[in-house]
Amino acid sequence: MRLDKEQSKEYLAEIRKDMPKTKHVRTMVRAFLTGGIICCIGQGIGDAIKAIFPSMQEDEVGGFVTMMMILLTAILTGIGVYDKIGAFGGAGSIVPITGFANSIVSPAIEHKREGIVLGLCANMFSIAGPVIVFGISASVLVGIIYCFI
Amino acid sequence: MDMFLTYLIVFAIGGGICMVGQVIINLTKLTSARILLIFLLLGVLLEAIGVFGYMKDFAKAGVTIPIMGFGSNLAKGAIEGARESGLFGAITGGVKAAAAGLTGAIFIGFVVSLISKPHSKS
Repeated sequence: MRLDKEQSKEYLAEIRKDMPKTKHVRTMVRAFLTGGIICCIGQGIGDAIKAIFPSMQEDEVGGFVTMMMILLTAILTGIGVYDKIGAFGGAGSIVPITGFANSIVSPAIEHKREGIVLGLCANMFSIAGPVIVFGISASVLVGIIYCFI
Repeated sequence: MDMFLTYLIVFAIGGGICMVGQVIINLTKLTSARILLIFLLLGVLLEAIGVFGYMKDFAKAGVTIPIMGFGSNLAKGAIEGARESGLFGAITGGVKAAAAGLTGAIFIGFVVSLISKPHSKS
């Protein structure tokens, strides 16, 4: 038997009442776990670099950690694993720097068929572009403000 | 034991920041680009008011691995540049400090995308 429109609407409203809460908690726990693990990997890479090169400066270590995390993410995105991490972790896979790297590589690969220049390269910045624009603009603003303080 | 505690803090703070991001997504349905932007600008702001340094001392990678760390790097570079060489430093400092992340992301992203084959999302 087919439900008429009214009935199915009522039914949907009823399930939606119960649905969001459980979904909220589950996605939050997953984001927490994923994000926590990614940050721990970053900390681990940093500690390893410091152990191998004890004379390296703090800023330099940070730069290398960022690059290592980006390299790892790019490879995981390339072989299709990061999509799965993203499906599980939600914001846990977006908020870390790995999410930024994924947002560059993922659309680039997706649009590769349209050509190297206008497909791959142009789409590298479909999400990362705004991030870079806002980040650099904000940094210039902060710098100028500090000039006059 | 000391190391265990460090990693516990990193895990808790880093996970907590991502959980806040998830709450924002759940409540507002913002896209990932906007989520990245919010946390990036938060990092810039925290660095600008001088709080981020203390957070970094406490939580280490827990706050630097989230995109906030990238934002704070940009702001930190701009502030240092402004102190050292005035207006010119204020403009160039941010990108200079974030050069590792930016160049890394662009170059590595380009090379990996060139090598990898598109795969259908399932």
